[in-house]
Amino acid sequence: MIYQGKQKIWSDYQKEIPDDHWFYVRSCIRQNFFPASEKYFLGICRDMLGKDIYETEHHTTCGGIAYHSDTIPQETAMTIVARQFALMTEAGYENLVASCITSFGNYTETLETWHEFPELEERIRENLWKACRREFKKPRYVAHASDLIYKFRGEIAARAKYQLVDRESGEPLRVVEHIGCHYSKMFPHKGVGGAEYPCVLSGMAEAWGGKVIDYPERRHCCGFGFRQYLVKANRGYSVSNTHKKFESMEPFHPDLIITNCPGCPYFLDRWQYVISEMTGKTYGENGYGIPVLTYEELAGLVLGIDPWDLGLQIHQVAVEPLLNKMGVPYDPETKYLGLDRKDIMKPGLPTFLKCC
Amino acid sequence: MGKLYDMLREDYRLREGLKTCINCGTCTAICPAAEFYRYDPRKIVDTVQRGNDDEIEALLKSDTIWYCGECMSCVTRCPRKNGAGLVIMALRNLSIKLGYFTESEKGRQVWPLTKALNYNVLNLGYCVHPSTFAHKDHPESGPVFEWVLAHKEDVYSRLGANYGGEGPGILRRIPQKDLDELKAIYDVTGGTERLEAVEKFSRMKAEEMGMSIEEYTEYTFEHCSKGHFNNEEQ
Repeated sequence: MIYQGKQKIWSDYQKEIPDDHWFYVRSCIRQNFFPASEKYFLGICRDMLGKDIYETEHHTTCGGIAYHSDTIPQETAMTIVARQFALMTEAGYENLVASCITSFGNYTETLETWHEFPELEERIRENLWKACRREFKKPRYVAHASDLIYKFRGEIAARAKYQLVDRESGEPLRVVEHIGCHYSKMFPHKGVGGAEYPCVLSGMAEAWGGKVIDYPERRHCCGFGFRQYLVKANRGYSVSNTHKKFESMEPFHPDLIITNCPGCPYFLDRWQYVISEMTGKTYGENGYGIPVLTYEELAGLVLGIDPWDLGLQIHQVAVEPLLNKMGVPYDPETKYLGLDRKDIMKPGLPTFLKCC
Repeated sequence: MGKLYDMLREDYRLREGLKTCINCGTCTAICPAAEFYRYDPRKIVDTVQRGNDDEIEALLKSDTIWYCGECMSCVTRCPRKNGAGLVIMALRNLSIKLGYFTESEKGRQVWPLTKALNYNVLNLGYCVHPSTFAHKDHPESGPVFEWVLAHKEDVYSRLGANYGGEGPGILRRIPQKDLDELKAIYDVTGGTERLEAVEKFSRMKAEEMGMSIEEYTEYTFEHCSKGHFNNEEQ
C-alpha cells in the first residue's frame, strides 16, 4: 500500500507487531501489585486467541529498577539482559515481549547502545560467557505486553460482554490514559504512535467504547522516579507529581484511568489515598476517587471476567462505581475472600477516601 | 578538559546523552524534578560541557545530581538529541565510583537503595518482592496492601500466582542455579565491586557521623532536611 499525506505521516508512527510466537518476561512490579494482570494477559493471548507465548522459570528480574536507582553498573544491567536473550535463544524464539515498561526501556536501551557501540556488545557477550557459559542471538523484535493487547483490541472488542459506556446515559465513559515514560519517551520510535501521539492505550479505550480525555498534563510522569519513591525521605517528589496530574485532569471528570506501566497504576491509585489523608481531598465522584486500571484489567472487564478474579479488590480506590456504570455484575460478599473462599478478614478503611 | 571529564567520557551514557547542548533549557522546562526540586538539568549539562574539573567535582559531591527521577522526559524534547537524564546517570556512576556520593544527603541514600534492591536481586531474583516489602516502610501502600501482606499466600494464590512455588508463574521461587548466575554476572561485570565500594564508603561516613551502620541506614532512608524544594524559603 502506498501511503500519502496524513496517512503517510501516521504510518511513520506505527509498529509492525508480529502476530505470534513470543518469549515472555515478567515484571517485578506487576507481579507484586497486579498479579492477576499477568495471569489474564496470558489468558487472553494464549487461551482466548491461541497465541504461542512461552515462559521459562529460569528468567529473572531484568535489573531495571536497580539500574535506574543507580545501584548497579551499566555492564551488569546489560549482562542480565543478555542472559534473558540467551534464554530466549535457547528456547527457540526471536520475539521478546516484556510485561514491564522499565524492562522494555532496558532491553531497547541495551540493543540501541550496542548498535551505536558494537565493541560494547562484544564485551557483554564475553561477560555472559564468563559468568554463565551462555550465548545469544539478539531478538528480532521487542514488544511491551500492551503492544499485543493493542494489536488484538479488535478481537477483544468482538468478544466484549461489556463496553466502556455509561449504561444509564448511553454516553462513552471518559478515559484518562497514562502512557508511562519509559515506553514512549526514551525511544519514541519503538512505541505505537511515538512520543507525540502514543495510542497504545487510547486505541484500546476507543475500540472498547470509551472516549479519551486530552488534558494539559496528559504526558506528565506519574512521579515514580525510582529513588524518588523507593527512599522514604524522597516521596514528596513522587506524590507532588501525581498531585499535579490529578489537579490537571479533575476538571474533565474522568470515569477511569488506564495505565501502561506496572508502576503507574500503583502510584496513581495509592497517591490518591495519600492526598486524601494529607488534605482531605478526594478526586472523582462522591468521595470514591478515580479508579485506576491496568490495560489487562480493563480488557478483562470488557470480556466479562469477574472483577475479583482480576484482582480489583487489591486496589485502594474502589472500582465499584466504574463497575456500576459499565453494568458489570459483582458480588460484594466475595470481594475479600482468599483461596477456596477462605475468610481472611477485610482491609482497614481510609479516613476520607470512600470504599465499598 | 580535565581528568574527571575524561572519566565521564568513558561512560557510554554520557557519549549518548551529551553531543552539542545549545543551552536552550527545554530539558528543564519539561523536567518533573525541576518542577519541585531546586534542580536545573540545563545548568548541569552546561557544567559538564565546560569540562572544568573543579566544577565537576563540586557537582559530584552535591545533592543536585540526585534529584532526577530518570523518567527521561528530557530525551524526547531535546532539539539536539541530548539526554540530560543520561548525563545524570553517568555523573552518579562516577560519584559512586569515587566515593563522592557520601558528601551529600541525597547521595548518601545510595546506601539504603543499594542494600535493599541488590538483596532482592541476588537472593530472590526480583527487584521488588512481597517478602521484603514492609508496610511500615511503605505506609502509602494503604490499608489494602497491609491486608495483602498479612495474607500473602492466600491473596496471591487467589489471584493466580505460583507464590514461592516451583516452575514458571507469578512470584515463583527463582531456582538457586539462576540466582547463582546472577551472582556470577555481578562478579564479572563490576556489580559486586560496586556493592563493596558503596558499603565501604557508607561505613566510613557512618563512623564520621557517629552512627552505627544500622542507624545510618535508617537515617539515610528517612531523613529529609529543609532546603531541597522550590517552595521552601532559602
